[in-house]
Amino acid sequence: MKTSYDAIVIGGGILGVSIAYELARAGMKNICVLEKHYLASGSTGRCGGGFRQQWSTEHNTQLAMDSVKRLEGLEQELEYNCEMFQGGYLILAHTDADVAQFEKNVAMQRRLGLDVNMVDPAEAKKIVPHLDTSLIKKATWCPKDGHINPFLLTQGYANAAKRLGVDVHLWTDVTSIMKKSNVFFVMTNTGFTYQAPIVFNCAGGFAREIGKMLNVDIPVDPYRHEILVTEPVERLWNPMVISFTVGLYARQEANGGVVMGCGDPNEPVGTYVGSSMHFMYDMSKRFTTLFPKLGNLRIVRQWAGLYEMTADAQPILGPVDEVENFYQASGFSGHGLMLAPAVAMYMAKMVTTGEVHPEIQGLRASRFKGMKEVHREKSVV
Amino acid sequence: MKIVCRCQDITEEEVLSAIRQGATTLDEIKRLVRAGMGPCQGRTCRRLVQQIISRELKKPMAEIHPSTFRPPNLPVPFNLVMAEYEKIEKEKERKTVRKPSAKGKGKAKEGDA
Repeated sequence: MKTSYDAIVIGGGILGVSIAYELARAGMKNICVLEKHYLASGSTGRCGGGFRQQWSTEHNTQLAMDSVKRLEGLEQELEYNCEMFQGGYLILAHTDADVAQFEKNVAMQRRLGLDVNMVDPAEAKKIVPHLDTSLIKKATWCPKDGHINPFLLTQGYANAAKRLGVDVHLWTDVTSIMKKSNVFFVMTNTGFTYQAPIVFNCAGGFAREIGKMLNVDIPVDPYRHEILVTEPVERLWNPMVISFTVGLYARQEANGGVVMGCGDPNEPVGTYVGSSMHFMYDMSKRFTTLFPKLGNLRIVRQWAGLYEMTADAQPILGPVDEVENFYQASGFSGHGLMLAPAVAMYMAKMVTTGEVHPEIQGLRASRFKGMKEVHREKSVV
Repeated sequence: MKIVCRCQDITEEEVLSAIRQGATTLDEIKRLVRAGMGPCQGRTCRRLVQQIISRELKKPMAEIHPSTFRPPNLPVPFNLVMAEYEKIEKEKERKTVRKPSAKGKGKAKEGDA
């Protein structure tokens, strides 16, 4: 069995497979992906599936815009139907403070060239007819945002990568890593030790543990984030609806079920992903506040995943100072799926041509060192 | 055409396509083709999909583990969840409020602790 590669990608989530695919596409041979369970078994497969370009920081907005550009036409390139649907994103402003913040965001986003608008409650009602618009003052609307099926996108990337010669090793847990004379030795629970001069850490909620194996601190903390889905019903609305004040996001899947989730500020750090009764109640309450007419919609299933949070809720990308050729793509703070297409492209370009994209330069792990004031991304549910 | 999952209208051919893409467990098949994602959460299709995996990958049935069962057990409306949860919370509150009102007992207990 082949154990010597040019690059090893740790993690079979959306970041891992998309980076492997982009590397292979850029001409690199001998790449392998190591995944602890199966593809998209971690945060990727548990996420809400939306992609949006409406952010409060420029880094995130720019990366998200590049991602959406990459996603358009990606299904044809991968030859895989990923249920991509550009139904838009409607973000609700409930208070004057929200309106002021969103006006700032929209001004910044428009400066970067995004087609985004402030709309009044009447227009919002037209976009999402079931919404109780007496609760909102304004909303921001970007028609080019949308949602995608995370399992299918991951599988699509993986299939395309395999066609280009990438090896995907499932059920392979990385137990330790050693670096000796510029070669990484990645030891796994299957007994095989894989070696390569380059290693990518795309382990999501477990990125910190992978970093520890090489004595590198990756400041990423995983938090549980719960989510549920309702029975399939006829089309209610097209966009993803987000409210930071009520604290919820909701979208209707391709098959008709409504997927929704919310954050809990009291959640402790940890990788536990069980479900709680309190969430079901809390979510019901929040959802029926915004959509009073949908109180009799039935919940089919609830589950949870990990938000891998950084201090400023922006990802950690690129090389680290401590170990050469150990690249990071983690800490996406709940937004890995929507940023992955662009991040993968830039990471592959950086490794194969040496050209460092400004977004990657600005989002390196070293930015946290000696940081006194954190400019946190505000648009996080 | 054989229907395997009745909730999501999934055929045997679709399950086979997932296995051809490298799926070896019920969890992977559930995520790729949605067999077992419907209201019954795989009560009907689980056995059938297990049989297909066992036949295709030549694995004994005992080695094919069921996928995760997730709450709620049966589909429940939002309104019912809220009503029931609030009822339980009120009941809890009623029980906790009663204790200190039983003359001095509550206070004495606090002091002991």
